[in-house]
Amino acid sequence: MHEEIIISGFGGQGVLLAGKLLCIAAMREGKHVSHIPSYGAEMRGGTAHCKVIISDEEISSPVIEHPTIVLALNAPSMHKFEPKMVEGGLMLYNSSLIQDKPSRSDIRVECVNANDISEAAGSLKAANMAALGYLLKVKPEIASMDALKEALDEAISARNKKHNPVNIKIMEAGYRS
Amino acid sequence: MSKSVLMKGNEVLAEAAIRAGCTHYFGYPITPQNEIPAYMSKEMPKRGGCFLQAESEIAAINMVFGASGAGARVMTSSSSPGLSLKQEGISYLAGAELPCVVVNMMRGGPGLGGIAGSQADYFQATRGGGNGDYRTIVLAPGNVQEIADLTVQAFDLADKYRMVVMILGDGYLGQMSEPVILPEPDVKPVPKPWAVSGAKGREPNKVMSLRLTPDDYLEKHNIHLQELYKKVEGEVTQSEAYMTDDADYLIVSYGTSSRIARKAVKMLRNEGVKVGLFRPVTLWPFPMKELHDLSKKVKKVLTVEMSAGQMLEDVNIAVNGVTEVDFLGKLGGALPEANEIVKIVKSYG
Repeated sequence: MHEEIIISGFGGQGVLLAGKLLCIAAMREGKHVSHIPSYGAEMRGGTAHCKVIISDEEISSPVIEHPTIVLALNAPSMHKFEPKMVEGGLMLYNSSLIQDKPSRSDIRVECVNANDISEAAGSLKAANMAALGYLLKVKPEIASMDALKEALDEAISARNKKHNPVNIKIMEAGYRS
Repeated sequence: MSKSVLMKGNEVLAEAAIRAGCTHYFGYPITPQNEIPAYMSKEMPKRGGCFLQAESEIAAINMVFGASGAGARVMTSSSSPGLSLKQEGISYLAGAELPCVVVNMMRGGPGLGGIAGSQADYFQATRGGGNGDYRTIVLAPGNVQEIADLTVQAFDLADKYRMVVMILGDGYLGQMSEPVILPEPDVKPVPKPWAVSGAKGREPNKVMSLRLTPDDYLEKHNIHLQELYKKVEGEVTQSEAYMTDDADYLIVSYGTSSRIARKAVKMLRNEGVKVGLFRPVTLWPFPMKELHDLSKKVKKVLTVEMSAGQMLEDVNIAVNGVTEVDFLGKLGGALPEANEIVKIVKSYG
């Protein structure tokens, strides 16, 4: 297993946290991981992304040229990274916010109503959690749901731990959707 | 064994510094290394250290001079344009033989440049951007674990040789998170009988870089410094050789670009091309002999770096004409691509 994943969305949608959670979950299950955030002159409402590699083998380069998975939480992200994907890669897009469909026919396409799932399960803000849950449903080899839930405990500061139960509920709702 | 944690390069550097006994940190913010002062500002007060955000880079490096002169383990960090401002202070620290750790998480230049990672300060770091005949030890980590390990080493080397030790990373290394096993706190106190620590009951110590009289004072001091640098050249060189045993071609690369080169080596090996990677870990002293010996066994050397060809000069000195040296450089924060390296090496066959 070697996945080169780009998670991308608006600043504030929690793409960096989503990447970190995936890394911690996979790391605790014995995988090699790396995470690089985009740190350009980002602005509120602009796009932010992170590059995550999860592998059975030692990771030579943490830089991603051609992703095997793109998790796009908004439309600009889908359009930006679709052309760069490897053939046969997985485009998972947030159909709550993205009306278009990816145009390439040589990639696998999945969608998740991440914002709607998040809202129905108790928070407007956790589309990232819903999308992660769905990602692990279609790519269970990356990490288990149990590890993902435990990663929340490790990644979230004491101040924000009170949100973990609702985040877990939303992850599970995403997984089941 | 400690459990590995997922941490950002910059934060690992700060934590490792504290664990290595760094008690004083002076800095001024600049992207892409802001997580270092941010971490220090949170942790130093809790752990008995001093964090001070100075009014400028120049102020910060001179505070380093003061703290080091008083015998403290001290660090400052910045990124490229900030390092330019610190050069005068670094020269003074070298002149006064004061130990300290200076971090440069390089970004693109010249001038304010950009904020993406770069390797265009190799000359500044290894040739010295300040005045006078001085050297700094330059350590170039290639991954987050090595940031932790080399930071601890940097403090020990600085105290051992009474030199400025620079950790030369880049924006990508500072920003990336990887699993890391943090070093156990282990401070080996080094006696500093030269420090300005209160002269009660002894002759006062003087810490200075101005040496006017007698007439040959400065000459003798410089001869002493050069002898020290010779000794360091013999004692602290570090490098890594990866898949070089049977290699026909050798890639030379450090820091972030060496990660991409490593991926290219694996891709090429999968296609049966015998290629290896030589990665200098100390940039000064540069592992001249190690590279020279390897280059004798290969048909061609390819230098890959994120600059217009700065380490390339040291590679040429080391190879010294025994084989051909080729170059791939990326400018202004751009990264080399593994496919590009693969294509170049395949064209040699």
